[in-house]
Amino acid sequence: MRALYRFLVLTRMLEERLETLFKQGHIVGGLYRSLGQEATAVGSAYALQEGDWLAPSIRDAGALYVRGLPPIAMLRQYTAREASPCAGKDNTNHFTIPELGLLGPISPLGTQLCVLNGVSLTFRQRGEPRVCMTYQGEGASRTGTSHEGFAMAAALDLPIVIVLEHNRWSFGTPSYRASAVEDWADTAGAYGLPVRSVDGNDILEVYEAAREAVDRARSGGGPGVIVAETYRMSGHAQHDSQKYIPPEELEEWRARDPIRRFESVLEQDGWLSEAGLAEIRDDVELELTRAVDTVLSEPHPPAESSRTRVYADPEQDPPEPWTRILATESEAR
Amino acid sequence: MSETTYLEAIRDAMREEMQRDESVFILGEDIGLYGGAFKITDGFLEEFGPDRVIDTPISEAAIVGAAIGAAHMGMRPIAEMQFIDFIAPAFDMIVNFAAKSRYRTGIGAGIVIRGPCGGGARSGPFHSQNVESFFANVPGLKMVAPATARDAKGLLTAAIRDPDPVLYFEHKFLYRRIKEEIEPGEEIVVPLGEARTHRPGTDLTIATYGAMVWKAGEAADRVSSEDGSEIEIIDLRSIRPLDIGSIVESVRRTGRLLVVHEAPRFGGFAGEITAQVCEEAFEWLDAPIRRVTAMDTPVPYAPTLEDRYLPQTEDIVAAARWLLAY
Repeated sequence: MRALYRFLVLTRMLEERLETLFKQGHIVGGLYRSLGQEATAVGSAYALQEGDWLAPSIRDAGALYVRGLPPIAMLRQYTAREASPCAGKDNTNHFTIPELGLLGPISPLGTQLCVLNGVSLTFRQRGEPRVCMTYQGEGASRTGTSHEGFAMAAALDLPIVIVLEHNRWSFGTPSYRASAVEDWADTAGAYGLPVRSVDGNDILEVYEAAREAVDRARSGGGPGVIVAETYRMSGHAQHDSQKYIPPEELEEWRARDPIRRFESVLEQDGWLSEAGLAEIRDDVELELTRAVDTVLSEPHPPAESSRTRVYADPEQDPPEPWTRILATESEAR
Repeated sequence: MSETTYLEAIRDAMREEMQRDESVFILGEDIGLYGGAFKITDGFLEEFGPDRVIDTPISEAAIVGAAIGAAHMGMRPIAEMQFIDFIAPAFDMIVNFAAKSRYRTGIGAGIVIRGPCGGGARSGPFHSQNVESFFANVPGLKMVAPATARDAKGLLTAAIRDPDPVLYFEHKFLYRRIKEEIEPGEEIVVPLGEARTHRPGTDLTIATYGAMVWKAGEAADRVSSEDGSEIEIIDLRSIRPLDIGSIVESVRRTGRLLVVHEAPRFGGFAGEITAQVCEEAFEWLDAPIRRVTAMDTPVPYAPTLEDRYLPQTEDIVAAARWLLAY
């Protein structure tokens, strides 16, 4: 329970740090938050074991820390540092780290499900009792690749769990405008997959459902879908002021904040006292302060590395542009 | 020695690699139970089982996606597109996922995507295309287009072993028309990025690939016997990486270049070759570089229309004569 709480507050506090860094001009490009959705990501990822693989969406930062990603890696990503998992070549959570079982998503949505199908296929080909878990918002689930991915997972009966996060908004479009489906659990039926709907802001309910689906997939029972009813409390990205969202809707969901809800469970059931909770938050605060200090002292990648790692063989990477070679030659003269 | 068709060479390359390496497997539509639309994988399901010969739904994006994921795990998947035209729904997975994966995140996607391309089989706009130019502007991809049975086998073997994503364009018109002596079980590896001199010559260079190699050959024979001029034909074999060195070396000897391909003209790959030769061998050129390509229309269906659309031997002869007389 302590661990779950720590992952929840780490997710939120790290993003609060990122917001500060954004205002200070340290963030390169956009900043995407998972505010309000932390319980879905943390609770579901917590059901996995070592050796399993996970592919998050942009709103599942918490799942990454559960898988063992050091928080400093996320700070490095958003500030485009050389030491970031993508070495400055891609942003946000777009990194693949096989040792942690992490497959990075890409911006065209729905695609990581198709790729994670291949990972889970290989688990089965090798006879390994390993499982994959991936996430998508209800918005992403409208893409062709998502439909193909669901259909393929079902047809090949792969060991994969798909968490469909109904967070009500895909950028500026409400979910009722993107689909005629009212109950998003109905979509799983189209693929013949077992589905369970959960309160995505209740971390224990999410964990329990994920555990059930993961266990089933691990024992050869095939894919499963979890529909997490949740809410995107911040805009699509930092530049999005959320003006289009009815204030009463935000208020309603603010009252269901997943972290505050878990705090009251922890206190009421005697897991942690108010002081115990504060101690964990202070500990995270300290870790983040150190991490931010470290990252801000680190360099961006050297410009010359922009042309490397296109192909496995460095000889096949593109040459420097001839105009740059000319410039270097004339400097040498 | 036995005669091996271009189609059999493709089959042999896959079967022998699957026998040699357990991590090689194939997935696609109708490849298992049915044995492939062109029967290339006939018997594979029986030999290798359903975990290595995987029938999939009609979902090209999911096919390529699964191949990428398996490659991340160290497998060597071959994804079949039933016709290369159907690669279109997988464009996102190829261009945005496979091609960029190593660059973005350091983890490569060593997959092969192969499928029948090309016209002449009276198959209409959706079973006849050549798609190399769609992908030529995408760093991270490799592309090959064999013309001979030996290269069909050798390039596919090399593609399967390559750590990067390779698009393998097999020309359906050549499947059963091209035969060569290949010893059964003979291991052939043709390195990606090495062109081949299909026919030596001194007066004009033709750079081409795929089925057009054979039409260029017919044209060269005619020009040789009727005019006495000798045309050198460079069969690129690999479109990317491009062996521009072999083309430039040839052009520096002949002083004239004709680029021939079966894909449409505008934005076609001939433009890239032309630009690179202009940059590398401008002073050696005795004539403008010219192109013979398909017309800038969809591939039409009726024989009268398709023959008009496709570059023909007579077109290559006419272009060669124009260049030689310049």
